[in-house]
Amino acid sequence: MLNWCLQLSFMAAITLTVNNKQYKIDVDPQMPLLWAIRDFVGLKGTKFGCGMAQCGACTVLMDGNPVRSCSTPVTAAANKKISTIEGLSDNLEHPVQQAWIEFQVPQCGYCQSGQIMTAVAFLKKNPNPTEEQIDAAMQGNLCRCGTYPRIRKAVKRAAELMKAKPF
Amino acid sequence: MRTTLSRRRFLRLSSFTGAGLIIGLNGVDGKAFGQLVNLSNDAELVGVTPFVLIDPKGGITIYNTKPELGQGTFQSIPSLIAEELDLTLDLVTIRQSGGQIELGADQFSGGSASIRTSYTKYRKVGAAAREMLVTAASQAWGVPAQECITENGKVLHKASNRSATYQELAATAAKLEVPKEPKLKDPSKFILLGKRVKRPDIPLKSNGTAVFGIDVEVPGMLYASIERCPVFGGKLISFDDSATKKVKGVQQVITCERLIGKYRFEGVAVLADNYWAAVQGRKALKVKWDYQGYDKFSLTAYEQQLRELAKSEGVVDHTKGDFDKAYAAAPTKLEAFYETPMVSHSPMEPMNCLAHWKENNQIEIWTSTQVPFSIKNSFSKEYKVKPEDITVHVQFNGGGFGRRLYPDYVHEAVQLSKKAGKPVKAIWTREDDTQQGPFRPMTFSAFKGALDANKKPVAFQHKVISPSIGAATNPNYDKTKTDGGMTEGISEQAYEIPNMKNLYVHADMHVPLAAWRAVTSTTLAFSHESFLDEMAVKAGADPMAFRLSMLDSKHSDTKRLLEKLKEVSNWDKPLPAGWGRGVAQWEFFAGLAGNVVEVSKKGDGIKIEKVYAVIDLGTMVNPDMVEAQVEGAIVMAITAAIKNGIRIENGKTIQSNFHNNPILKITETPPIEVFILAEGGEKIKGVGEPGLPPLAPALCNAIFAATGKRIRRLPFDINKI
Ligand code: FES
Ligand code: FES
Repeated sequence: MLNWCLQLSFMAAITLTVNNKQYKIDVDPQMPLLWAIRDFVGLKGTKFGCGMAQCGACTVLMDGNPVRSCSTPVTAAANKKISTIEGLSDNLEHPVQQAWIEFQVPQCGYCQSGQIMTAVAFLKKNPNPTEEQIDAAMQGNLCRCGTYPRIRKAVKRAAELMKAKPF
Repeated sequence: MRTTLSRRRFLRLSSFTGAGLIIGLNGVDGKAFGQLVNLSNDAELVGVTPFVLIDPKGGITIYNTKPELGQGTFQSIPSLIAEELDLTLDLVTIRQSGGQIELGADQFSGGSASIRTSYTKYRKVGAAAREMLVTAASQAWGVPAQECITENGKVLHKASNRSATYQELAATAAKLEVPKEPKLKDPSKFILLGKRVKRPDIPLKSNGTAVFGIDVEVPGMLYASIERCPVFGGKLISFDDSATKKVKGVQQVITCERLIGKYRFEGVAVLADNYWAAVQGRKALKVKWDYQGYDKFSLTAYEQQLRELAKSEGVVDHTKGDFDKAYAAAPTKLEAFYETPMVSHSPMEPMNCLAHWKENNQIEIWTSTQVPFSIKNSFSKEYKVKPEDITVHVQFNGGGFGRRLYPDYVHEAVQLSKKAGKPVKAIWTREDDTQQGPFRPMTFSAFKGALDANKKPVAFQHKVISPSIGAATNPNYDKTKTDGGMTEGISEQAYEIPNMKNLYVHADMHVPLAAWRAVTSTTLAFSHESFLDEMAVKAGADPMAFRLSMLDSKHSDTKRLLEKLKEVSNWDKPLPAGWGRGVAQWEFFAGLAGNVVEVSKKGDGIKIEKVYAVIDLGTMVNPDMVEAQVEGAIVMAITAAIKNGIRIENGKTIQSNFHNNPILKITETPPIEVFILAEGGEKIKGVGEPGLPPLAPALCNAIFAATGKRIRRLPFDINKI
């Protein structure tokens, strides 16, 4: 236990590219990307829900792919392009955000950054999703408030919006 | 008790920049609560509750006094005031109140109480302010007040083509007397109330800018992670922090006390520069606990005790007619026993609090909480500081569901800050959140029912056997009496049964227990409405017709609700083979709702095909929000019916995170259709909770209809019926 902890206390200078901006941070290389983003980069939109890749609240995009930042060591994110909810658009004009507002999806809102980032990555890969595909893509993102019926509608709507006006 | 507050302090609170209009209610002086007052000209504000502030040089501010948990009060409460002022919400700055004494004691979110208790009260606040603004304009223009109208933050006199903004009129209006009974707007003219108004917090929750408790930072703060005894009731003996102190970033290791209900549990906190370091330091701690024998506790054995206790008579909760005689004489009788689990709240935002105990003994708190007012008062007593020296900044709550009615996590942070001499932010891990409670208690229920010769229900008994939330929170709990909190709703159902005797049997429990969204109705509705279904089956009656036959015109709300459910679900239309439908309704302190659920056989299990929901409100503020709440309540209710629940063995909670304490996924969520009964009127029912209780019984009744299997214990495995 002791050795393991000492090992953890090595620090490393890491450069993170988040939303096209570079941040030099000096952290424990084992630190999950989530805490590096929240506490060192200072972007709080990405949330902590479980810390073990079970809920999706911490979802960010790494080179366009959704990852659970709570279970990704910060070192694995060096030299990658990270996108968080803050980088999605300047004025909520991303079609997923537009659809989220149209269907008034969030309740408490805590899971929603993760939901939105998952939906963004999914629609990029699959611009014409079926209802089953939407469910399958979103199933790793838990919502205790139970906003799932609206998430379904909003993802579908976002796909339509994107087709009408690619973002 | 009168609370005096200097004008300067008030202005600081409201960041008010000039002599404007401040309308409130006098609130702290309990006797005269609810009287409208003009606070604009008071040098000293005495026991007042300002809700609307019109600043001549600035904007219009309206306070939301009910913490936003996802239930929509950030939109609905200010709308009550804005509506009467003919203001749309884009013209208003909404502020969340933080338990300020001068804003009244009802600054909390719980009991589905916000709208049903504030609807008229807050409308009057807005109406009074409007009347004063109109009077100010009409006097300045020399025109009759009746000829003036208000719209978009202005008073207009169309005949003379004059207009003035509320801001321009504020200083004059501020000198007027407040109308005692301001005229309320005709509901047909509403622009906000009853409409599908977009919630102002949605954009913030769609771009990551909504600030939750966990997001707040202040300079110089430390992060804390706290090790608590894994066995409920254990005591701290000692700890070895030598390895912890070697973890880079760890600053201090100190103890704190968690005050939850009537319990005080000691914990060991690791304070560090960043949260990750605090968590690593905590993992390196070696703590010795004295389990006090509680490591022998087994929930399985406890459940057996509850079954044994069911044989005792218990205390009477409610009687009607002569149950014993009618039951003994009845030709057809049935009995059944139902069981439910403990469950966790698991809001997505884990418990957390940032507290700063300053050198001058002022305490500043930033947190997600449902109860800012009670925090100020209870902390004032606990820590011997004046309530006005405690400032609570209520953030957006990442879910509440009753968990954030209990400020145990706030106590920990406050104590840690005092000891550390720095601002401290304590964040619970998901494991802490899942394992440490408080939990919704289980209820076990023993039923007796009897039908007369015409197969009509003639006698009914519901006996509840359970531990008690009241006993867990109140040191002076009286075990010899019935417990309304644990028999919630069972004697309130509208069904006419001539002979009834409901009973309560108390069981001791040492684990912290808490209200959970819709409280005890979430377990009692399941057993009660399932047993009624058993009676319907015994009577050879259709479950919907059976229920309706027990409702007379006196009980028009329940009757109307069931009739609506029957209509929207096409109850009488035959279903495909292998399908079944079930119905249930539940009325309790928070309100009234019902479900029809349709299921189909799928492999060894069951698929939920569709949920129809009807909620009865009387009057509502935002139909879209009501639908959202009912949808969410149903999702939460399905989780509680078919997912694990909390198990405790060797004194410890077995579940730890979402992998073994799962919540429903989108793929498991059935289509849900919500219908609202809201014909207007003053009798207003709640929104946040009532959608939840009817789901489990309606689902299980549907499963019986499809399979002939009666489910009498929750949770059950829906993939294996
Ligand atoms: S916090 Fe990362 S998946 Fe839950
Ligand atoms: S909106 Fe509250 S957890 Fe999803």
